[in-house]
Amino acid sequence: MKLRIIVSLKNGVLDPQGKAIQHALSGLGFDGVDDVRAGKIFELDVADTTTDEAVDEMCRKLLANTVIENYRVERL
Amino acid sequence: MKAAVIVFPGSNCDRDIATAIEDVSGTKPQMVWHGDSDLPEGLDLIAVPGGFSYGDYLRCGAIAARSPVVRSVVEAAEKGVPVIGVCNGFQILTETGLLPGALMRNAGLDFVCRDVALTVENSQSIFTSGYRTGESITVPVAHHDGNYFADPETLERIEGEGRVAFRYGEAVNGSARSIAGLLSKAGNVIGMMPHPERRIEAAHGGTDGRRLFEGLLRAVA
Repeated sequence: MKLRIIVSLKNGVLDPQGKAIQHALSGLGFDGVDDVRAGKIFELDVADTTTDEAVDEMCRKLLANTVIENYRVERL
Repeated sequence: MKAAVIVFPGSNCDRDIATAIEDVSGTKPQMVWHGDSDLPEGLDLIAVPGGFSYGDYLRCGAIAARSPVVRSVVEAAEKGVPVIGVCNGFQILTETGLLPGALMRNAGLDFVCRDVALTVENSQSIFTSGYRTGESITVPVAHHDGNYFADPETLERIEGEGRVAFRYGEAVNGSARSIAGLLSKAGNVIGMMPHPERRIEAAHGGTDGRRLFEGLLRAVA
């Protein structure tokens, strides 16, 4: 079973990297980009027996730092 | 003082802090490899050094915080053993949850490597008793991810509990409330981005960092 886990910064957490990317986009002449938030994607190949609870625990214990990040799990 | 310095693959300030501890206390600390699950008995201090543990993969300090030895460090800290985390060590301690908040990419995006002015906010802890509250000291920083973040409620709580040990006296990395060093609620754990172990002798340009270790030695010995 393949999973895609998307980790993104919580609202209200400043993202200096996102800001730098936004500036770079406007430097390339792309107008109207109001905001950029950078995040991470993990693609996991897990046993079919892996429970939702186990995946949630993987996210909370390691893949995301829930002080600053949210996560979302997609089944592929 | 019986001290241990934890060594991860990618640590690069482990020998600096070991030298500082030995210089001040006269006793060589024991170096403990990250894969060991046991710490020496009867420790007076555990130091989690700076560097780039596990290549800063995933997030700074994230992998180190889940290593076998750090589980023992957390258990020891919860029993009251003094723990100091410097730079990457601070990042590791926030990742374990021993200290609240997180350290994010510097607001200016650049790696900052220079001497900075710090204000001592609380000289009542075992780590800061060598200073006076309100005093300005100079200690170097060298980091890319030192921008302290915590939600507003957490910031209010740690300020109210007097847990800010050091604040930057100048703009450095965008840290919330200019927090440079933070104590645990019980006061036996400190995390700080500046490197006191790099200001131990006159040849380093000053000895403001030495006083942290001298105060600590008096407090625990």
